[in-house]
Amino acid sequence: MQTLSSMSSISRRDLLKTGGALVVSFAFGAVLPRRSAAQSPTADGDLAKMLDPSEVDSFLAIHADGSVTLYTGKVDIGTGLRIAVAQMAAEELGVPAERISVVDGDTGLCPDQGGTGGSTGLTRGGVEVRQAAATARKALLTLGAAQLNRPAADLTIADGQVRPLAGGSGIGIAALLGERRFSVKVDPRAPLTAPARYTVVGKPLLRPEVPDKCTGRHVYVQDFSLPGMLHARVIRPPTVGAKLVSVDESSIRSIPGIPDVRVVRIDSFLAVVSKDEWAAVRAATALKSTWSDWQGLPGNDGLVRYLRDGAIDRDEAVVSRGDPAAAMPGAAKKLSATYFWPSQSHASLGPSCAVADVRADGATIWSASQGTHGLRNNLARVFGLPVAKVRVVFLEGSGSYGTNGSDYVAADAVLLSKTIGQPVRVQWTRQDEHRWDPKGPQQLLDLQAGLDSTGRIVAWDTQMWLPATRPGGRAYLAAEAAGIAQERGQNAGALAQNGDPPYAAENVRVLVHWLKETPLVPSNLRAPGKIANVFAVESFTDELAAAAGVDPVAFRLSRLTDPRAIDALTRATTTFGWRARTSPNPQARQGNLLTGRGVAYMRYKQAENYIAMVMDVAVDPASGRIAVRRVVCAHDCGLVVNPDALRNQIEGCIVQTLSRTLHEEVKFDRSRVTSADWASYPILTFPEAPAIDVILIDRPDQPLLGAGEAATAPVAAALANAVFDATGARLRTVPFTPERVKAALRSNG
Amino acid sequence: MATYAFRLNGRSVSVDSWDPGQPLLYLLRGALGLHGPKFGCGLEQCGACTVLVDKQATRSCTMPVSRAAGRDITTLEGLGTIEKPHSVQAAFIAEQAAQCGYCTNGMIMTAAALLSRTPKPTLEQVKQGLAGNLCRCGTHTRILRAVMRASQPPPRVALRRATPKQSEGGV
Ligand code: FES
Ligand code: FES
Repeated sequence: MQTLSSMSSISRRDLLKTGGALVVSFAFGAVLPRRSAAQSPTADGDLAKMLDPSEVDSFLAIHADGSVTLYTGKVDIGTGLRIAVAQMAAEELGVPAERISVVDGDTGLCPDQGGTGGSTGLTRGGVEVRQAAATARKALLTLGAAQLNRPAADLTIADGQVRPLAGGSGIGIAALLGERRFSVKVDPRAPLTAPARYTVVGKPLLRPEVPDKCTGRHVYVQDFSLPGMLHARVIRPPTVGAKLVSVDESSIRSIPGIPDVRVVRIDSFLAVVSKDEWAAVRAATALKSTWSDWQGLPGNDGLVRYLRDGAIDRDEAVVSRGDPAAAMPGAAKKLSATYFWPSQSHASLGPSCAVADVRADGATIWSASQGTHGLRNNLARVFGLPVAKVRVVFLEGSGSYGTNGSDYVAADAVLLSKTIGQPVRVQWTRQDEHRWDPKGPQQLLDLQAGLDSTGRIVAWDTQMWLPATRPGGRAYLAAEAAGIAQERGQNAGALAQNGDPPYAAENVRVLVHWLKETPLVPSNLRAPGKIANVFAVESFTDELAAAAGVDPVAFRLSRLTDPRAIDALTRATTTFGWRARTSPNPQARQGNLLTGRGVAYMRYKQAENYIAMVMDVAVDPASGRIAVRRVVCAHDCGLVVNPDALRNQIEGCIVQTLSRTLHEEVKFDRSRVTSADWASYPILTFPEAPAIDVILIDRPDQPLLGAGEAATAPVAAALANAVFDATGARLRTVPFTPERVKAALRSNG
Repeated sequence: MATYAFRLNGRSVSVDSWDPGQPLLYLLRGALGLHGPKFGCGLEQCGACTVLVDKQATRSCTMPVSRAAGRDITTLEGLGTIEKPHSVQAAFIAEQAAQCGYCTNGMIMTAAALLSRTPKPTLEQVKQGLAGNLCRCGTHTRILRAVMRASQPPPRVALRRATPKQSEGGV
């Protein structure tokens, strides 16, 4: 196998041999048993799969039985991407969605469509597949015109048949295509089905994997195994930067009856491997090792000062309109406030896992990475494997919400498999995941604004302190420990967006201080940066409304002009039953509780989804506990593809961000992360789950927008504003722990 | 190497283990090939590994195999299948009460045990009953709806048809 295209030649025999039973159910069930028109045999009898994203055949194959397989480089991480992509293609192909299966994220089968992040799963992944399907439709209509002796314009495709629009018998698409590929380039101008004629897009079709997930049949990466595979546990250093001094291998021999365990040491990379998973677990716990001392972290305490005093890589004004510094002194009312968002973990419920089979003639890695193509390229570079011989097969893991430990564990598995010459499965522990997943970074924001005597915002200034971005791949823990040279890129996503108010304001600046050094490796965590930025901007907007003595909704509405923004805010507040008055709530007390409501609005990335959120809370001043009783969310992401899968995402965004706002902070001392399990890093539990009303604003005439993360962004602000309404105390530091709430109530008065 | 015999999903099985302290979870997922129960923490903190032991929801990540001997154990696979789902499984499918689904095993097994004790729970009882089960994706409202749905008498639920709710209020 020399080239990328020959790498993607997959022999059924080889897969059976190397892939084991689970590959059969995963890959063959979806793709390979149907040796069909689109999979023309190559010289050696293998099935070639095109990967070039300019080719229709890279995105879809029509099988002899008329069923269709779609291939997308984007992955479904429990988000409903697969069903949504199938619906989008079904609409163009005239094939029922049940007859369409989707293969996602397998670099040997799927074109590279970029990583799955920034809510681009459908906006890029789905849209590209849709255009390929529209091109295929055009080709099928042309073929049908020749066969049926009618102009293509008189034909349509429905139920997998090209038929005369006027009625009469048609011909199946598989029969039309015969033993051929499409062999056409994706035509960017191939006409798309008009939204008014949609029959599949917009329907709440069930996600086909959910029954499997509810009956134990869904194959997660954690469930995958290969014949002859060994189980490994990596012993990470006790502190972030410690070096391995010595290992006492005899320490595991004292475990009675333990099967063979091999200790693998490469410089400071230390692991145990065994055929028996439990033996690897026991050995990893028992193995005695000594490490050098390391104390390079600042610790949680004093983090705000650490960031404020940190060395700045560069300053960047990401928004600059007018001159807020000049306008501020003349303002009738001036406000300033500081907001802080802590470092948080992806905290995936299942610790990361990967299986790697590195051989002389190529490597295959089974991974839950959100960016399998990027992972393939990076693994090849770091471990000296020819990229054309590396294949990363996506298998779902536990929800990841960004770059969790999945890429790191894949590197662990590659290093081990390469070293010992056998397939290796590496399963991280709970503590590994909490300690070592790259973290959503802490964010510090200073806000200042001035209102004139009529309440207009005449000056707005946001400053934020964020980890600098550096080009290149994120350094793998395994390669770092093993002393393998690699890039030290740093990228935590588009952290600086939504730092400006979405409202009429005359002089606005958002200045980012990109910091050279920040504690812990930063990573993209759901809606990178934007949750904290909207928390600050929308809390501060509430502070301005209170200072102006205006109802918070009226304050916002009077500064919005975009009808979609106004619609979202109006629908959310109407459904909630919002009655205009200023905050705090003059009748907050209900028994022992203080009650209030809060609102937040934002447009995601200032260019995408319009979301308005209203919350009803009760605060117990004695305990400091906040109960979120009800959340109303109006959500406009343009065209809705699958309303039920969309609601599921929105509900998840809301609950997860409530958890992040109420509970979550990565704790670390001078040398290591100390919040290493669910007791020290608690998340929201069922008794805290609020009632949620989601209002979908479907706009079939508008482009679809991603929805995997946007609804997270207004959550913290709506909550903080509701707490202010209930108590008169303003929470500007996350998480809103009972101690913080009580402290805020005390200082309030 | 000792052998441990118990009932598993209605059948008698026996497994070998070199360590009487080996958690049942590793044997279920390993030698016995049942991947319904998941490894989430190994610390009894999350519930992903839940199985029924003599009808009680039990965390298999810390239950030594020696304690499983002679017991009656049910995993998610034994509770029901796609063709013949348990009422809780059917309700989870109908409500699409999963995102990644990694917690789903624990949710369904814990809910099944709860409903066998308390067939008509209040919403508050369900919340308390699931208080020790973590879901990172934030699927809580749907999981609660699914458990409430499972506690209602059937209309039997068709698995492949969605029943979207206009409003998520009330849960
Ligand atoms: S894996 Fe058993 S409780 Fe978490
Ligand atoms: S659905 Fe992902 S953890 Fe619950």
